[in-house]
Amino acid sequence: MSTLQIDKTVDARGMACPGPLMNLIGAIRQGQIGQVFEVLSSDEGSKTDIPAWVAKAKHELVEVNQDNGCAHFIVRKAR
Amino acid sequence: MVDEQDKPLSLVMFSGTDDKLTAAAVLVVGAAVMGRPVNLFLQYYALDAFRAGKVSADHALSPEATASQTPIIRGHKGQHWIDLLKQAKDVGEVNIQACALSMDMFGIGREDLDPIVDGIEGVAAFIASASDGQVVFI
Repeated sequence: MSTLQIDKTVDARGMACPGPLMNLIGAIRQGQIGQVFEVLSSDEGSKTDIPAWVAKAKHELVEVNQDNGCAHFIVRKAR
Repeated sequence: MVDEQDKPLSLVMFSGTDDKLTAAAVLVVGAAVMGRPVNLFLQYYALDAFRAGKVSADHALSPEATASQTPIIRGHKGQHWIDLLKQAKDVGEVNIQACALSMDMFGIGREDLDPIVDGIEGVAAFIASASDGQVVFI
């Protein structure tokens, strides 16, 4: 991982689709513009859903990492 | 000019079994988070499942669920369909209407419905709100 400062981590491992996405949306709504969120998800659907939502909602997908069955998404709240 | 991706998605909810209600609710969440207005039109057995105090009851599964699939579906960690619909309403524009004909048929009044239901409407009003977006029947 980079030296990026994470403001909030959403640990959604073990949650079923679309739970991790919904938790990310909830966290972003409560956050401030410019804040960086990390989502941990073991849900296969998150791999497509989180990038699709981030693009649609016009936030920024900073990084996606994959490590044994768990994906990490780093998202910056852009608006 | 409305972008194709911003057109409403409208679901006619006919089936009242938990598996179909859940499948529909997942679609609703997806459309709502992607910014599409969603209209739900509750008919027949789906309407019955939205009776106040009855949403959390056991609504059984579709006939195609086999004996070996039933415990898998029942034991899945996913959320209940009513919670998915509440989340969809929270993040997006979701309008839930009860079909006036089904209300009449089953003798259901407004006060008999769960508060998640926004109102009662006829089929023409539903088609009007669907406008030129897709309509899904489940």
